Amino acid sequence: MRALWILPGCAMLLAVTSAHAEIAAHERKSGAEFMSPQTQAMQADDASNPGMLAVLDGEAAWNEKAGAANKACADCHGAAEQSMKGVSARYPAFNAATSQPIDVAGQVNQCRTGRQQAQPLRAESRELLALTTYIGLQSRGMSVAPPDDERLTPFRERGKALFNQRLGQLNFSCAHCHEDNWGRKLGSAPIPQAHANAYPIYRLEWQDVGSLQRRLRNCMSGVRAAPYSYGSIEFIELELFLAERARGMAVETPGVRP
Amino acid sequence: MPFEVVGDAIPASLTAEKGDPARGRAIVVDRQKGLCLLCHSGPFPEQRFQGDIAPSLEGAGSRWSEGQLRLRLVDATRLNPDTSMPSYYKIDGLNRVAPAFRGKPILDAAQIEDVMAYLATLRDGPGAQEKP
Ligand code: HEC
Ligand code: HEC
Repeated sequence: MRALWILPGCAMLLAVTSAHAEIAAHERKSGAEFMSPQTQAMQADDASNPGMLAVLDGEAAWNEKAGAANKACADCHGAAEQSMKGVSARYPAFNAATSQPIDVAGQVNQCRTGRQQAQPLRAESRELLALTTYIGLQSRGMSVAPPDDERLTPFRERGKALFNQRLGQLNFSCAHCHEDNWGRKLGSAPIPQAHANAYPIYRLEWQDVGSLQRRLRNCMSGVRAAPYSYGSIEFIELELFLAERARGMAVETPGVRP
Repeated sequence: MPFEVVGDAIPASLTAEKGDPARGRAIVVDRQKGLCLLCHSGPFPEQRFQGDIAPSLEGAGSRWSEGQLRLRLVDATRLNPDTSMPSYYKIDGLNRVAPAFRGKPILDAAQIEDVMAYLATLRDGPGAQEKP
């Protein structure tokens, strides 16, 4: 499948560069604004938001002793309402022990193995999602505020490059959909701007709560790409870039999505 | 399968056969095969969900010659490096393709010819007079 060139094309030689329109601050919209009024109402009311069930499970898990250390999260951190306030708004953060950034799910598992001396919780397991949703709720209404930590910069830059890189058999980048075409329709689905301020979410299509990484894996499969693995450095780098893009937006966890 | 690009077109068929417009229409509306309606709309009254990322397919056959349509299907990035129109007949230069799709183009040569033959029949529509 190689083309024989007879007449040279002009723009075609520049095929590796790309120019996507970054979203201006005044145009920035949460994913919730692209939903139907019914789904918005479901997210807004805790009595009808199905993500609140994960919050309740998370509260129970927070207080449950686990592992060889027989300690609960609460034994070290006390009341989550105080100690976890703002955590999800600023994560991923730099982890000095591994010299890598870590997201909230990674931090929960680091406490599990390091402090509780328990098995790590499986990615997307009910208990891990419950804890991250409960922790996320403690930042609800706060502004997304990634730390000004220079050690994160190279990782965030790589996240930006991943966001702009074409991938999969259909050969689009995240930016093709979320910067060039947000607000338009992909088949029946409105394309949001890809802000990660409501995760974990309850997705009606999944009939379950799920993490940001599950959402990103769906987007990658959609373009027929091999998704990155849960917890991979690529996903953490994308999360860092998405957090920077959403700086100043209100945390909405637990979001509801169609 | 090699092909020859002349200007902004691939004048020669990718196969020895002529494409079949009816088969082409079926591929265009198929959400697993052509995927066209994820992004395009067109004269498909029976199809409920049509995307609006891309220009309507209505009148595509008046706007473009067969060879121009063929290149737009085979590899639209040669015309616009930033395009979101997938390259339907390209397997090299792709990144992280899922194992089930690796080494295969989105459509094979015969399917490209069928879709092209169908698009060539779309002669009415808003763009019939003006060439972009
Ligand atoms: C082909 C188009 C397309 C591509 C490419 C794509 N996405 Fe998406 N994305 C969507 C659509 C459509 C949705 C809305 C959810 C739905 O209905 O499926 C979405 C949802 C999201 C969301 C959730 C937003 C919210 O408010 O809940 C995030 C975050 C996201 N995408 C990030 C990404 C990243 C990062 C990439 C690249 C790895 C990517 N997307 C690639 C189409 C795409
Ligand atoms: C993911 C999005 C997407 C999909 C899927 C897609 N296209 Fe396109 N297509 C585009 C965009 C965007 C353009 C506009 C040209 C550009 O931006 O370079 C385009 C342009 C075209 C054009 C030339 C524009 C014109 O004036 O008519 C034709 C013909 C075309 N597409 C046919 C198809 C067919 C047939 C299929 C399916 C086999 C298809 N496209 C699938 C996005 C898409």
